[in-house]
Amino acid sequence: MEFVAISLLNGITYGLLLFMLSSGLTLIFSMMGILNFAHASFYMLGAYFAYQISTWVGFWPGLLVAPLLVGAVGALIERYGLRRAHRFGHVAELLFTFGLAFVVEELVHLIWGKSSVDYKIPVELDGALFTLFGTDFPIYKGFMMLVSVGMLVALYALLTRTRIGLIIQAALTKPDMVEALGHNVPRIFMLVFGGGTALAGLAGVIGGNAFITEPGMAAAVGSIVFVIVVVGGLGSLGGAFIASLLIGCIQTFSVALSISITDVFALVGITLPDGSQVARLTITQLAPVLPYLLMVAILIFRPRGLMGSRES
Amino acid sequence: MNPALLSRGRLAVWGGCLALAFALPLVLKSGFVISLLCQIGIMVVFSLSYNMLLGQTGLLSFGHAVYYGLGAFATMHLLNAIGKGGGPLTTALLPFAGGLAGLAAGVLLGYVTTRKAGTTFAMITLGIGEMVAACSLMFPAVFGGEGGVSGNRVVGKETVLGFSWGPQVEMYGLIVLWAFACTVAMFALTQTPLGRIANAVRDNPERAEFVGYDTERVRFLMVILSGFFAGIAGGLSALNYEIVTAETLNAHTSGVVLLIAFVGGIGFFYGPIIGAILVTVMQIVIGGMTHAWLLYFGLFFLFMVLVAPGGIASLIAVQRALWQAGLFRRMLPHYLAVALPVLVLLAGLVGLIELGYALLSGDAGVGAGDTATKVLGMQLHLNAPGPWLTALAVTGIGLMLTRWIGGRLGVAWNATLATLHGDKQ
Amino acid sequence: MTSPAIRIQGLKKNFGASEIIRGVDLDIHRGERHAIIGPNGAGKSTLFHLISARLPFSSGAIELKGENVVGLKPFQINRKGLSRSFQITNIFHNLSVFENLRCAVLWSLGYRYSFWQRLASLKDARLRAEQVMEDIGLGKRRDTPAGILSYAEQRALEIGITIASGADVILLDEPTAGMSNTETEEAVALIRRVTEGKTLVMVEHDMGVVFGLADRISVLVYGQIIATDTPAAIRCNAAVQEAYLGTSLNHD
Repeated sequence: MEFVAISLLNGITYGLLLFMLSSGLTLIFSMMGILNFAHASFYMLGAYFAYQISTWVGFWPGLLVAPLLVGAVGALIERYGLRRAHRFGHVAELLFTFGLAFVVEELVHLIWGKSSVDYKIPVELDGALFTLFGTDFPIYKGFMMLVSVGMLVALYALLTRTRIGLIIQAALTKPDMVEALGHNVPRIFMLVFGGGTALAGLAGVIGGNAFITEPGMAAAVGSIVFVIVVVGGLGSLGGAFIASLLIGCIQTFSVALSISITDVFALVGITLPDGSQVARLTITQLAPVLPYLLMVAILIFRPRGLMGSRES
Repeated sequence: MNPALLSRGRLAVWGGCLALAFALPLVLKSGFVISLLCQIGIMVVFSLSYNMLLGQTGLLSFGHAVYYGLGAFATMHLLNAIGKGGGPLTTALLPFAGGLAGLAAGVLLGYVTTRKAGTTFAMITLGIGEMVAACSLMFPAVFGGEGGVSGNRVVGKETVLGFSWGPQVEMYGLIVLWAFACTVAMFALTQTPLGRIANAVRDNPERAEFVGYDTERVRFLMVILSGFFAGIAGGLSALNYEIVTAETLNAHTSGVVLLIAFVGGIGFFYGPIIGAILVTVMQIVIGGMTHAWLLYFGLFFLFMVLVAPGGIASLIAVQRALWQAGLFRRMLPHYLAVALPVLVLLAGLVGLIELGYALLSGDAGVGAGDTATKVLGMQLHLNAPGPWLTALAVTGIGLMLTRWIGGRLGVAWNATLATLHGDKQ
Repeated sequence: MTSPAIRIQGLKKNFGASEIIRGVDLDIHRGERHAIIGPNGAGKSTLFHLISARLPFSSGAIELKGENVVGLKPFQINRKGLSRSFQITNIFHNLSVFENLRCAVLWSLGYRYSFWQRLASLKDARLRAEQVMEDIGLGKRRDTPAGILSYAEQRALEIGITIASGADVILLDEPTAGMSNTETEEAVALIRRVTEGKTLVMVEHDMGVVFGLADRISVLVYGQIIATDTPAAIRCNAAVQEAYLGTSLNHD
């Protein structure tokens, strides 16, 4: 029981963080048709910017400034890179973001070195928020939840209550029509790309110190975010939300489960022949593969994803 | 248009390439060059197999290294399993087993990935690639864990026609034979019904369905065949390096082969060959000079995406068309004029990057700039503004000149292209 | 009596809440040239998409030459001898005119997914593609990439790809859309020539083309067929006159 409760809380925290990434990716994809391969690179930039700012003026200013900086970088890249690549079609755009991910990683190597940096949780947020069945739940996890949920509410309000949000929603379905109405669609694209990357940056700010800030973090999270988008259904915000929580929980639960495949089968009364390497693997060892297995299963049984509407 | 596979001109090109490949080690005897050539030969096969997907079928894959890596592991295990029982002839044929492993992986994974095309295909290949890479770390008995699996390509004391494959130059000969055979086979494939329909599926999948083709099946077959050739390339790498690590099938390797094929030119059969040669040589030469090699490479790739998305092969093809139309002479002065500012700009950028690199991740770490540090062969004080301002000024001047002269190049270029196409129509 | 080329019964199609095809029953006889006309938004192209399986339908049945084809994929329907063109040009842009046509004949000649035969040695595919190329008047453009052909040439190629496989039921979706008068005349002659002896169903806005080519005409209005008859009878049909209120069917 205590294991389930704690893991669930951890899973939801992680899932919400993943949704900050996958929601930006989904918004950018459904509006601009661009699969931003470098999305997780902006997550990484957020973490590094926040680290750098925290070494100068502390954590709190970074919480605000780092995502804005990341968003500005994203908007500039859209304006001067992606928009140019757009003329050559979607493959060129995808390749551009791929190259971008490559360059960002190298730049991070160049500026902050190849090993992890010491990006710490602020002292104010260090410690236990409450104790559940004898296990501490850290304040910082609660803070992450707060920020994620706050961001979600803000995003929802932005999309449904503001003029720009309505234009974005319209542009989601009919980009040409919006342009015909006299709205500056390229500028909206720039804003959406900047906004999506800023979200990723914010995720980096609060995720970088909860986990680890290192040059490999973009690649590690990036492929998981893609899995989420496929599982949830390409272009569906709701699907991305469910898939984020699902994957977040799968990851947390599986990491904490040390029973082996043999044990799992034993639970349902099947005894596996002893000795095979597969049978002795524990769920923890399988953890890195589980999201991908889920993706394969979804692709086979429900190719358009959990909540996707488009077939291809 | 000459559709024959073995027309006289084509035969001459193929024969010439083969002869050149065999002649190179006779001229360039250094061991360094021969290893480099081996690496190029392997990458040629690998990137050509990649382009069967991207260039020919329009499938952007981020997980092609899976087939390459599995081919390599299969070959290595087979080599070790045969052990003393084999001989040089068996060893020489082992890459074929690698190919079969790649093919089998293509059947298994392609079944899942080819259900979708376009962007979704790209994402799925990435996920599947990550999955296989993660699996490879879970089964150290098969994939050798961090250390990889190693073996010895020299089996027993016999030789076949005097070859044991032990010396690098003999291995090079073997690679050339395999690379040549694979290249011919992959080219021949482009001239078959499946090869052409793959192009049709790339151009317009919907129309392909309405002329009777199951596009999913076409994609599936192309993934399988491409997996076969990637597996052969992996097998060759296993024999060549005598070690296979989990890195051969991870996302980085998949990314590199994509970069190579794209930079070379995915619209032309020979594009990836150019890419393989260029990138491997650059990697060795520039990589030997600076730690920032990957950054330069990434920037070069971005530049190509934005400026020449057809890759180097397309640039060559356009110049050839201009030459044949007698228009090349019109462009030549512009090319020469733009070369200087581009060089200035490059010098400035390289200066900035190298200075930054020296300052931030130099051997002595941050703050080492107080003492003179060697950057680009010069002793410089990194904390002094001098070097930085110079590099910045050079970059600025280069940028301005490039924009100015490059703009004129663009105008002339568009005018010339218009003439070229006008003549054609 | 042989079964009709196409038999449609009770066909319905919804897009969300709106019903676009609202119960269509239609028999297309073998060997006839049948035109489907109707005001914009009547669902003509949608009807084509349903027949050719580009879109799934909500309810009803479609038979092709007496065979139930419900649930088949586009390529399966194509293999049963139904071929279609598109309103918006749908060709292989990077392939030459000749390669476009050769791709269109490969399946019907039984080459399937062959990767062990050289295209250059497939004489029947070459001859058939060249034959079609001459038929559609693009013999001089053999090696031109389809993407840089003129609009009228692309439309001709579109028809060429559609008929190349030798399918005996041909669906043409607005084959003369966007053409000048001269081009339209040429296109009509071309269609007449290449669909000789086949079943032709076409959606067309140009009444001159419709009344010049069709043996029978169906009028589709708001997802329902209000009349199917010979051109002469359609011209005097009161219901049709009403549906086309303000537009004369006799304008030429």
